[in-house]
Amino acid sequence: MVDFTLWDILRNLGLAARWTVLLSLIAFAGGGLIGMALLVARVAKWPGAERAVAGYVQLFQGTPLLMQLFLAYFGLGLLGIDVSAWVAAALALTLYSSAFLTEIWRGCVASVPKGQWEASQALAMSLWEQLRHVIGPQALRIAIPPTVGFLVQVVKGTALASVIGFIELTKAGTMISNATFRPFTVYACVALMYFVLCFPISAWSRTLERKMHAHR
Amino acid sequence: MIALDFASVLAEWPLLAKGAAMTVLLTAVSSVLGLGLGIGGAWARWQGPRWLALPVGAYVEAIRNTPFIVQLFFLFFGLPSLGVKLSPELASVLAMVINLGAYATELVRAGLTGTPRGQIEAAQSLALTPRQVFLRVVLPPALKRVWPSVVSQIIIVMLGSAVCGQISTQELSYASNLIQSRNFRAFESFIVGTLMYLTLSVAVRHLLHWAGPRLLYGR
Repeated sequence: MVDFTLWDILRNLGLAARWTVLLSLIAFAGGGLIGMALLVARVAKWPGAERAVAGYVQLFQGTPLLMQLFLAYFGLGLLGIDVSAWVAAALALTLYSSAFLTEIWRGCVASVPKGQWEASQALAMSLWEQLRHVIGPQALRIAIPPTVGFLVQVVKGTALASVIGFIELTKAGTMISNATFRPFTVYACVALMYFVLCFPISAWSRTLERKMHAHR
Repeated sequence: MIALDFASVLAEWPLLAKGAAMTVLLTAVSSVLGLGLGIGGAWARWQGPRWLALPVGAYVEAIRNTPFIVQLFFLFFGLPSLGVKLSPELASVLAMVINLGAYATELVRAGLTGTPRGQIEAAQSLALTPRQVFLRVVLPPALKRVWPSVVSQIIIVMLGSAVCGQISTQELSYASNLIQSRNFRAFESFIVGTLMYLTLSVAVRHLLHWAGPRLLYGR
């Protein structure tokens, strides 16, 4: 039997971690785009948008991410689309992120004082101009810390993609532990890798938050 | 044309009901223990001795920055090599308690730090012991302040428990998986399971918002 040293374990997990990072970035970017579109639909008060988006958010926040992954995996297959674990995981995580991000950002927009809306309206600004020049910049400042904080949740969420067979950090850990019979060491290393990925982001989010409060 | 067949899934309702009951049981046990752990941890970080506050801080960061599934696998697959063998159910509850404990520590601590200084001084001037001050004067309003966040966190942990099916704890997602492996109606089976989770999370939210003021912090 080939001997697997601790270095081999770490190196292989490190290689697999690339896919965790890539999947996180795709889900975060895609979720951001969809989340922004949903936010605009809500803020623009399109008929029915408020209730539809609220239902969408409730649906994704009230059900397990694991079940969402299963549904994406088997649901797309049912539509006759040949799905890889990649596509299913990216789709499910993107929708999941979009629901959380749109809700976070809605709170940020809502926290901009009402007078700002009224003042910009009094200057005959269109909705787009209001968002672009008045509301957006103020909401953005409040939105950055929780958005960065949510990135941690996305990175941790990608671990569930291992269940539908997407080979990322957790799945690689399972495979290596099956090959080496050293689950204690391997899962400790996996946890360590996630910690190395997530802790700086959490710390950054906290720093941003502190700075924001200091400015006030 | 896609033909959906929910009847063959719903015919297995006893499995689904048992799975949902297990999910509720796991959640109930781990919320009580996890909240207790969180209160202890919050006390340690707020006013506890330094030798306790530092490890609790490390515990909180370690749990909050790693995925639940890895924590669960570490407990279930990793610990036996140290001679600690856990049943799937025990490993699930333990993982959920440890996970909720870390988040609850942060939440309750946020509630504790909002305590007005005067309240503690007033309680001390009434010759209450430090223990009485904490349990009767400081803790109830602190819990009241953060209860909505605690409820959300308990629901997040309940939804996270879907992963416990992966180590063969027979909860709701396990039941969905079992049904689809029997009748090959994967999509329908997971739809039904997912809707059951949605119902559970709405019900648990209402229940906890009702129960919190009555059981924990008075009205």
